Amino acid sequence: MRVSEHDAAHEAAAQRVTDFLRRRREQIAQRWADAPLFRTVFTVSRDEAVEACKAVVDALAEVAADGRLEDISAPGFAAVRDQLGRTAASRARTGSSPAQIADEVAGLRAPVTELLRGEFADPSAPEAHEAVLTLAVLMGTLRLVVMETALDAGEELIERQRLQLMEVATPVIQLWDGIVAVPLIGTLDSARSQVVMESLLEAIVDQRAEYAILDITGVPTVDSLVAQHLMKTVAAARLMGAECIVSGIRPAIAQTIVHLGIDLGSVVTRAGLADALAYALGRQGIVVPGRPAAGASRS
Amino acid sequence: MMEVLPRRPAPIALPIGSDADLARVRQHVRLVATELGFGLVQQTKLVTAASELARNTLVHGGGGQAEITPLEEGHRTGLRLSFVDQGPGIRDVALAMTDGYSTGGGLGLGLSGAERLVHEFAIETGPGRGTTVTAVAWVTGVPAPRSGAGPRRPGAR
Repeated sequence: MRVSEHDAAHEAAAQRVTDFLRRRREQIAQRWADAPLFRTVFTVSRDEAVEACKAVVDALAEVAADGRLEDISAPGFAAVRDQLGRTAASRARTGSSPAQIADEVAGLRAPVTELLRGEFADPSAPEAHEAVLTLAVLMGTLRLVVMETALDAGEELIERQRLQLMEVATPVIQLWDGIVAVPLIGTLDSARSQVVMESLLEAIVDQRAEYAILDITGVPTVDSLVAQHLMKTVAAARLMGAECIVSGIRPAIAQTIVHLGIDLGSVVTRAGLADALAYALGRQGIVVPGRPAAGASRS
Repeated sequence: MMEVLPRRPAPIALPIGSDADLARVRQHVRLVATELGFGLVQQTKLVTAASELARNTLVHGGGGQAEITPLEEGHRTGLRLSFVDQGPGIRDVALAMTDGYSTGGGLGLGLSGAERLVHEFAIETGPGRGTTVTAVAWVTGVPAPRSGAGPRRPGAR
């Protein structure tokens, strides 16, 4: 019996909070619009902030009406999830830490609790206490929803950056008529090397390149997988009629490759990018004279 | 790998579950190896060996973890790398250690190559028992002893 009484009290409190949120929607929104979370995001128009706050109040009312006070996946939140995510993301962009954003969401509780207390003639009555408690639970859930959307947005950002990095890090540069180069930087995993191979082969076709230089100065580790990717790229370029030169093999990497037992004998290699370019030019019959300071030009 | 006392920096275990984890293992091995005073060539060898073994853990073992333990034994300073997985294990270690033998479409140089990059190398495995590969390198001014000098290599060539 006690349990059902308890449940009934919960339900009554949820109902009371729902009614309160619907009835005082305007006042709550007005107060929230001045809270740091919304004020700092909607800097141009206060009306927009108020509208955004109203949407959040509506969502909370719906969640309370459904009695799903602690459910962060309650359908009521669906309508504001996007908006809350954007709000949190815009706070994060200006340098707020997740903890600060969580604090700001928590800061919404005090103004609305104050309004709710004002609803009761006797704020110390049990039903007033129960209602305030219910509202606190609801606001805690809102905070979790905001954090969840913020984290999702962060993951999306990381994924987007990963893709961007993949493209940015593999430019194909035309060094000379018929000579293209790809300076490889960072980890050459399967996905990256696929991008490298594609952009290199495209460049070979577009620029009618006969020589392609793969410079690995910026690749920190050459293990057997990286070597395999390099050899595949070289083989593919060869099929397109271009000769590949791998340059930028540092002494430590050269020793490691030998110990690993990788046979790069079929690949033309040069220590530096300049050597590789000189080789490619020489093969095209272009003789580059030495620097004037070095004296007579090499013939 | 007898009475060796770990010294600074502290031992650490890193999960291996994705390509990104491999990059983290490599970065951490490089960091610790630098701190312990390994030269550039040895650092590169260690990082490369770690990359090969960690990839084996990921591809063949279905993921696991890498344990990076700094060692101090008398005046020697070293680094122990252990790669642990609960995968299907290696049925024929001698065959797996053969240059050019691969079940994963690679060059087949991962295990045998890694062994040549470090001083001590051991594989504990069996069908259904998972696999633990342990590699140890010591800070040295002279070139690493050739493979075969490692004391415990059960089942190797």
